[in-house]
Amino acid sequence: MTPLPLAPIVLTPLVVLALATVLTWVERRLLGLWQDRYGPNRVGPGGMFQAVADGIKLLFKQDWVPPFADRGVFVLAPAIGMMTVLLSFAVIPLAAGGIAGNLNVGLLFILAMMGLGVYAVVLAGWASDSKYALLGGMRAAAQMISYEVFMALSLLGVVMVAGSFSLRDIVAAQSGLWFIIPQGLGFVVFLLAGIAETHRLPFDLPEGENELGAGFHTEYSGMKFGMFFIAEYAGIVLVSALATTLYLGGGNGLLLPAPVWFALKTGVIVAFFILLRAGLPRPRYDQLMGLGWKVLLPLSLLNVLATGTVMMLRAS
Amino acid sequence: MLDTLRTLLLTFLHGFHRRATVQYPEQQPYLPPRYRGRIILSRDPDGGERCVACNLCAVACPVDCISLQKTERDGRWYPDYFRINFSRCIFCGFCEEACPTYAIQLTPDFEMGEYARPNLVYEKEDLLISGTGKYPGYSFHHVAGVPIPGKDRGASEHERAPIDLHSLLP
Repeated sequence: MTPLPLAPIVLTPLVVLALATVLTWVERRLLGLWQDRYGPNRVGPGGMFQAVADGIKLLFKQDWVPPFADRGVFVLAPAIGMMTVLLSFAVIPLAAGGIAGNLNVGLLFILAMMGLGVYAVVLAGWASDSKYALLGGMRAAAQMISYEVFMALSLLGVVMVAGSFSLRDIVAAQSGLWFIIPQGLGFVVFLLAGIAETHRLPFDLPEGENELGAGFHTEYSGMKFGMFFIAEYAGIVLVSALATTLYLGGGNGLLLPAPVWFALKTGVIVAFFILLRAGLPRPRYDQLMGLGWKVLLPLSLLNVLATGTVMMLRAS
Repeated sequence: MLDTLRTLLLTFLHGFHRRATVQYPEQQPYLPPRYRGRIILSRDPDGGERCVACNLCAVACPVDCISLQKTERDGRWYPDYFRINFSRCIFCGFCEEACPTYAIQLTPDFEMGEYARPNLVYEKEDLLISGTGKYPGYSFHHVAGVPIPGKDRGASEHERAPIDLHSLLP
């Protein structure tokens, strides 16, 4: 029995949480950049301590559970959300293979964690016992479950080309050519599905900041809301890290060491997420579901078909 | 899909534009000269108060925030007290339009924040300034027919002396 790698186990959640917190500040500054304004620039140089100030504010807020809510599930839901995201980071080969980067079903594990992540949203909406929260929760459930289908299908293409579910093997298989070239369609489908999974704009109807009160986290305040908030940003980092690992070659690259390349590529995709939020309007719910089932699902099936065909022709 | 990408490109190019934010309080916004801000009471070019306590501003005010009382010295009317309640004032400028002597004026100054609401009621000593405000060179008492110390009836600008009724000369 090999000893557990203690340093990555302790460091990874801390680094992920720190990154998610910094990401809130980065997002606000980048949104400001693309909207012809400054983001927060008063609290500390460049406004960097805004996230700290927000965290302190959330900690001092009254931790109120609605009297009409299901108390146990209400408190549990944000914990589930945070837990699934943090667990997914265990199998991503960051610097030196991470905690379990060699897990032979690494990709399946991440898909399973994303499936469990739906529970956080649904339970939050249900336990809040409030109309807006319930609507938000149900919409979130439908959206996340349907987009998970073609996320898995688009990943099938990568698995077929790499020949393994283990993320480290997938990165190793990209040492010649990044998978975005042979799997371009799969990359687009995966990215769209990833945006829907983390319910970011333009797929953020569950939160619906301008509609539905605040969606499934209407009744949440204080640090429970903070946990949902940070879990969402950690999810963005997760999807970007996944896209980097699966399609952009992970840490592969010339000159710079692997963690630096990984950080750069993940950073580009995170910036792209923020650009989507800055630029795109929110589609209606039926347009969103229609896009998923009528466009992305056939495209991902087509991708699997084409990949399989090419592989069979090559093998013969 | 293609116009979505175009939208994203245009949004990205906005990152190279100059930002439209005015970093208050380090930078002040541009206020035109006729900006309706803080109210003042101005003086003549000679140094006397312009306000003659005619009450036209208090009557014109839509929210009734002006309160004053007339008193008199040597035939010259002036306000005994002049009070504006700035928690009620809507900065419409009706009082400035109604004033016949250019006494009450609105200036381009908006920094009037207070911590306690009673501090928002300005008395005459808070409102009176030592200059002429926006209308230099105008003195009501020099063009009106009211006699004040230093100027008899008939000695105003553009006014002839009163006719001597008991003389036969033209």
